[in-house]
Parts: sequence; C-alpha cells; structure tokens
Amino acid sequence: MNTTLLENNQSNTYLENGILYPSSNVMLDLAHLKKVYPTPKGDYIVLQDLNLKIMKEEFVTIIGHSGCGKTTMLSMIAGLNEISGGTISVLGKHIKDPGPDRGVIFQSPSLMPWMTALENVLLGVNQVFPQATKSQRNDIAKYYLQKVGLEDAFNKKATELSQGMQQRVGIARAFAIKPKVLLLDEPFGMLDSLTRGELQDILIEIWNKEKITAVMITHDVDEAIFLADRVVMMTSGPKAKIGDILNIEFERPRTRKSVLEHDDYYKYRKHLIDFLEH
Amino acid sequence: MKQSITLGSVTRFIGLAGFLETIKNVFTGKLDKEDFKNIFRKVIMPLASVLLFFAVWYLSANKLHEIEADHLINKALVEQGPAEAEKLRACIASGDKSCQPNALPSPVQVWGAYQTLLADHYVISADKKAFKKKTASLNAKRIANGEKPITYTGRPSFVDQIFTSIITVFAGFLLALFIAVPIGIVIGLSHTLRSSVNWLIQIFKPVSPVVWFLLVFMIVKTFTKNSSSDSAFIICFISVGLCSMWATLVNTAMGVSSVDKDYINVAKVLKLGPMQKVFKVILPSSLPLIFTGLRITLSVAWMVLIAIELLAQSPGLGLFVWEEFQNGANDSNSKIIAAMFVIGLIGFMLDRIMLTIQKMVSFNKND
Repeated sequence: MNTTLLENNQSNTYLENGILYPSSNVMLDLAHLKKVYPTPKGDYIVLQDLNLKIMKEEFVTIIGHSGCGKTTMLSMIAGLNEISGGTISVLGKHIKDPGPDRGVIFQSPSLMPWMTALENVLLGVNQVFPQATKSQRNDIAKYYLQKVGLEDAFNKKATELSQGMQQRVGIARAFAIKPKVLLLDEPFGMLDSLTRGELQDILIEIWNKEKITAVMITHDVDEAIFLADRVVMMTSGPKAKIGDILNIEFERPRTRKSVLEHDDYYKYRKHLIDFLEH
Repeated sequence: MKQSITLGSVTRFIGLAGFLETIKNVFTGKLDKEDFKNIFRKVIMPLASVLLFFAVWYLSANKLHEIEADHLINKALVEQGPAEAEKLRACIASGDKSCQPNALPSPVQVWGAYQTLLADHYVISADKKAFKKKTASLNAKRIANGEKPITYTGRPSFVDQIFTSIITVFAGFLLALFIAVPIGIVIGLSHTLRSSVNWLIQIFKPVSPVVWFLLVFMIVKTFTKNSSSDSAFIICFISVGLCSMWATLVNTAMGVSSVDKDYINVAKVLKLGPMQKVFKVILPSSLPLIFTGLRITLSVAWMVLIAIELLAQSPGLGLFVWEEFQNGANDSNSKIIAAMFVIGLIGFMLDRIMLTIQKMVSFNKND
C-alpha cells in the first residue's frame, strides 16, 4: 500500500494513500508539525515533520506505541499544547488556542464532580449558544444525554455515576457543543471491555447521525478498525511521524457483527499488528 | 435535603454513634462474636478510659492537697507554735472551707463549683429581670425624651461570659473569613503574586496571639482615641481574626492553585471567560480545601480567644478565668477547672459544626 503523501496544490485535488481528494474537503490539516520539549540534556524532539490531512465527515483513528507522541499531537490540535513548528489548520484557518470548534473527549471523563450530568453538559452548551433561551439550551443538553442513554440520570451528581456513565456524559458534552472536529484521547481506555463495547456502539451511533470529523487515539486494534474510515499508524518516538495509513473500506452504518464477519477484517487486523510489532 | 433531627443524627454529630449503637445491641440481644469485640472496643475501653482519667485526677488532687496541707501546718508550727498548728490540722481535717489549702481541686469540688456558677447565673438573671421591670417605664420615658436608657451594670454571670466569648469568636472568625478567603483566591490564581507575598505569610503565620494582640492594640488605640465606646471588644475580635486567618489563607491559595488540570483543560476547551472559570470551575473545586482551612481557623480562633480576652480585659471566658485566678477565693481553682471543661466542650462543638459543613460541601463522598 502506498504510504507516501502526494500533494498537488495546482489542481485543487490531492492524492493520499491511493485516493484522490478535493482540497476543499479538508477539515483538519497538520503540516510539517513539530513538537520539541527542552530538557536539561538538550531538546527532546517528540514529533518532527508530521503531515496529515483529515477530510470532512471522516473518522480517523490513530494507533501507535505508548509514548510515541499521539496524545501530544492530539492536545496540540486541541490547542492545549504549544506548537513548536509547522501549522495546524481547521478549514484553512491556523489555530493557536483551544476553542469550542474542537470538542475534546478526555481519557478520564473530567466531569465537574460538584455538578449534575445535565449541568456538566450545559456548561459547554451555555458557552456555545449564548443567544438561545434557557429552555432551548436545556433541550439541547437533554437531547444529547438521551442519545447516550442517560435520560434517567439528568440530575445525578457526576460522582454518583459509574466510570462508564461518566464517560457517556463526556460524549454528550462534546457532541452538544456541535464542534467542527471531535478529538478523542483514548476515551474508553479506562473501561472494562463490556462497557467499552457499549460505549463504542453509542459513539458510532451518534456519530453516524452528526458526522462530525473525528480523530481518536486508541490502543485497541479492533476498536480502531470498527470505528475508522482510516487508521493512521504513528512511528515510535522520538521524532515520531506518520508511519502508515490504512483505509478501512467497510460500509457504514456498520455493526460489530458485520465487521467481524467481513472477509477483509483479518487482513486489516494483520496489517495493523504487523506494523505495531516492528 | 430536609432531614429531621433524630437521636441518631445527634449522636452521629457528636461522634457517639458507635458507642450508643453497640449499647443498644447489648440490650436488644442481637449479639454475635464480632459484637463482643465491638463492645470491648467501643464501650468498655472508652468507659474505662473515662474512669481512669477521673481516678488519676482524684488521687493526684488528694496527694497535692496533702502536700499543701502539710506545708501549711509546718509553717504554722514554725511561726505560731504547736497549739495553732494543731488547730489548723483539725480545721483542715474537718473539711471547713475557710482553712483549705489552695491546690488542684478534685472532681467533686469542680462539680460543686459548676453548680455554684449555675446557681449564681440564676440569681443574676433574676436580678436582671427585676431591674428591667423596675426601669421599664423610666426607660420608656428616657427614650421618648431622647435620653439614653439605663442599662444593667451588674456583674455578668458565667453563662453570660460564655455567650460573650462565642459572639467574640464568631466576630473574629467572620473577619478571618472575609480577609483570608478573597486574598487566598487572588494569590491562588496568580503564581507571581503568590511567590511575591509568600515571605509575608511565612513570617506572620507563626506569630503568637499575644503579639498580635499588642499590634492590634497599637493600631486600634489611635482610631478609638475620641470615641467613648469600649474598644476592648474590637481589639479582641480583630486580634482573634488576624491570628487565626492564616490557615484559611494558605488553604484557599493552595486549593485555588491546585485545581485538577483536567477541569482547567475543560474550561479552556469550552473557552470559559475568566469570571466563569473562577466561579464555575476553580472555586467549587477548591471549596473542600477552603472549608478545611476554615475549620482549622475556627478552632485556632477559639483557642487564642481565651488568651486574648485575658490580655484585652474584654469580657468573656478568658477574663473570667483570669479574674478567678486573681481572686484566689477558696473555690476559685475549682471554677477555673470548670471553665476549662466548658471551653473544651464548646471548642469541640464548634469543630463538629465545621466538620458537618465541610462534609456537606465536599463533592467527593468517599472522603
């Protein structure tokens, strides 16, 4: 499979991984991205010359060894981590700071423990839709909480919810602010495998409806294949960059069963595992 | 959250739930092997420690009494001759109050002093009532004429002193709250400010209440020169506030500066404004630490209050203790010890109140 990245600015299209994309379709563009951490022993280069284009309505999962710089890259896109070199742009506009156009689902649910589930979602909704009336904002928050199956837990304090339920609130909070890009930093990493499966289903169900461009870090090969249009493999650090990209050509909407029974599934899986084991 | 006050909630509040529940189990006959262990740990041992405490107190009071008595008799023997000495010995042995040596009072004497104080309170409050009745019509006339009403100027009773002390400690506590919490929030938010005023906090925090009192006295004296009102109370509560506020200041600054990074990231991603960030994220998440600080502040305030009242000659338990000590009457020592228990109990109740509030604001119910 072709792993080089060919750009053709003149013709308003570009070729990546064997597929021709129109440039106007690019949602998120990482160009020559670099991250350096100064240490007493000199600079530690985490990422160097990292290039990645992510299309509108695309779901991309990123997989790579621990400590390779996946989370660093994601928090740079979120604007929570400074960019040392290169650019990140959303719809052609360079970003510097965090903002609600990029919703984040963190690894730990990061809910305000003194607030109820509804208040946690409203915190973002109030910020993004200041012109809406109070009842409209309430409706938005409640709609997304219903979508993640928490219609009975609006007024429960975050501390009264299980880890899985808290992460559901995290998902509702991220979708409710209607971001352009959704960034997910191993959101299910702390959950048991049953709960993880449930949450993957919930996530993909909402995503099928909203089609928000999503970038998700994961350690789980099956999760990466099940959710993604493309799986991006990162090389091990330091100086990590994109090592390989795998197109997952299953039709959407997918079910777990249809994915597992598909002829290509084990081919994809082998490809990813081969990459990770080298 | 409406909760009716039940016996259970009261015993939990004062920390006796385990003790009483175990006793209840004994009487209702629900006992197994684990319960016997519990009875030993929660009922027998605490009761034994109480008995031991009073036994040690009683015996040492007796011993000290004996030593003092021997000393007095020997002195009489040397100075006044054997006849007088024998008379004194007989007098002490008879239990006559007028010739008892002044030593550590026994539990029985303290109990007696406590009852004397209560009786005294009833006499004084009856006296006050009578005075009010007598002057009611006169005072009404004086107020109508624009004159000051006549107030009761008699001696305050022990119970009056307790209430004065509680009012003073709350005034001092509120002062500490209104100074320390806002400053703590401001310096907690700014790393620069925090490191620039750190020296001041570190130096003033360990200063003794006595010195705080003197400092406040120096300053307040200037302001109250022309006023006829009693400045002792003002000096007293300001000193208490300044002396006790440091725990709250440090805890608030620490709570505000150490908010979980995840919450700050959420606030950043949602682009909350600075005010919203402070009131919706930073303050709520540091409330538990702020209340821990306030709890320490209140207990420190109560502890230093007694010393400061004594120095400031401001009415209250501290002054009561000091006056009794100066008084040197034969039941003065017993009254001082009685006051000591009252001071301890009130301090304990104040701490329990703060603990309850602290538990209410804590969002982590596992704490």
